[in-house]
Amino acid sequence: MTPAEIRNEILDILEDIAPDEDLSGLKDEVAFRDQLELDSMDFLDIVMELRKRHRVQIPEESYGELASMQSTVTYLEPLMKDLQKA
Amino acid sequence: MYDTIIIGAGMSGLAAGIRLTHFDQRVCILERHYTIGGLNSFYRLRGRDYDVGLHAVTNFTPKGTKQGPLARVLKQLRFRWDDFALSPQIGSSIRFPDVELDFGNGLELLCQEIEAKFPAQVDNFQRLLEKLIEYNDLDQAAFESSAREVLCETITDPLLIEMILCPLMWYGNARENDMDYGQFCIMFRSIFMEGLSRPFAGVRLILKNLVRRFRELGGELKLRSGVRQIRSEDGRVVGVELDDGTLVEGRNVLSSAGQVETLRLCDDITDVDDRNTGQLSFVESVSVLDCEPKQLGHDRTIVFYNDSERFHWQVPKDELCDIRTGVICSPNNFAYDAGDGCLPDGVMRVTSIANHRKWSELAENDYELEKLRWYDQVMESAVRYVPDFRKHIVDTDMFTPKTIRRFTFHDNGAVYGAKEKVFDGTTHLKNLFLCGTDQGFVGIIGSIVSGISIANQHCLRN
Repeated sequence: MTPAEIRNEILDILEDIAPDEDLSGLKDEVAFRDQLELDSMDFLDIVMELRKRHRVQIPEESYGELASMQSTVTYLEPLMKDLQKA
Repeated sequence: MYDTIIIGAGMSGLAAGIRLTHFDQRVCILERHYTIGGLNSFYRLRGRDYDVGLHAVTNFTPKGTKQGPLARVLKQLRFRWDDFALSPQIGSSIRFPDVELDFGNGLELLCQEIEAKFPAQVDNFQRLLEKLIEYNDLDQAAFESSAREVLCETITDPLLIEMILCPLMWYGNARENDMDYGQFCIMFRSIFMEGLSRPFAGVRLILKNLVRRFRELGGELKLRSGVRQIRSEDGRVVGVELDDGTLVEGRNVLSSAGQVETLRLCDDITDVDDRNTGQLSFVESVSVLDCEPKQLGHDRTIVFYNDSERFHWQVPKDELCDIRTGVICSPNNFAYDAGDGCLPDGVMRVTSIANHRKWSELAENDYELEKLRWYDQVMESAVRYVPDFRKHIVDTDMFTPKTIRRFTFHDNGAVYGAKEKVFDGTTHLKNLFLCGTDQGFVGIIGSIVSGISIANQHCLRN
């Protein structure tokens, strides 16, 4: 997957977790927490969705890497670059 | 072999089932009754639909609200706000002799009413609100401290204390007389700071949404499948035995049967300490009217009444019911969408405190007679606080603690579960967990939160 495809996947997961959120104005460099009202349960869900959809395992000590879209894509790129987009 | 076996197809069991199947677990929900819902169910009688349990969905927050239990439930279960189709209340009232406090969703109206009726308490009430905000950080000891004591430290008019406690105890207090302070905070938030609502179609809409989703995700729901025994080996559950002798194996078991009720099912315990079972149960007298309550001059959604200055929250000792206090719910009086139209009938539901043991000891004939006798007494009590609707009654039904026991299998027909809550849901068996009323959450949204949080904490991590 390319970084752009990974970004789309994350958007898809966010849409799934928070279907009433408007994600069109999401700023990649700003923390999710500051624009989306995500709590710790939601972050856990992002991790779980990545595991469910792509078999990507994220260890607990790396959860901090998922703070913003930019940091998430950067973190996931090496883990997902060999995956084919479904 | 299932990943998780869930006992009970009520709100908490179904919510847990959705979480677990969503993350690819093999899940089976076992329900002893022939229908879903548990303490929040529905039935049809003589051509009409009735709700059990739900008067109102508490914790209501408007569409777009991003915080609070309702928003969390929707996100965790991947529902849209519109899926629950909640319409807000019109307005409710706490009615004591000579004083009435109206409240709506959000604190504004309640604050105005306190200013008008208890002007000397305005600052004290503000202090109480400031105190309440910190409730999320309560440890177990602080949670279990006395709500009455905290109220006495802040509010100096005893009547206002009783009036604040009345609706909160009615909608979720498993203890007699006093209330856990933590439970008080949860109820205060869910009723006064957030608010009351109802789907036009009643509780069945929420339940049907939950079941449909659970099945779409591949979950199995087995009705008429009561669990007779929870089988264990070396401190772990290995499976459950159904009433018909079938064995079902699972890696985890999640039970919404109640704390004491669940322990009684375990094959490694012979003598269950049942001092913790809940006692508080109710009769509900339902009256179908030939007109809307509004046409009789009654526009309140819920009226919580109490006929003396002191609010008595205890199981009646010598009588079948205690009708000094009660709750009157008018399902017609919600602000439904114009497109919904009106409910087919006017309905007044009156709930009173009742003694399960006394009701269950009655012989069949006496039971029917007592139902009729108490229906009349409940009406007599209720019409002191709302316009007399008795001439407009076209049909009635009544359920008692015995009915609740029969369909939910909770000891004493207890509606709000055990007195001492098991917050983390753990038991003496490593892979047996509790969810539902005995976990400290009550109400529709609370029960759903309970199922979600126990599934997340104990069944999804491995």
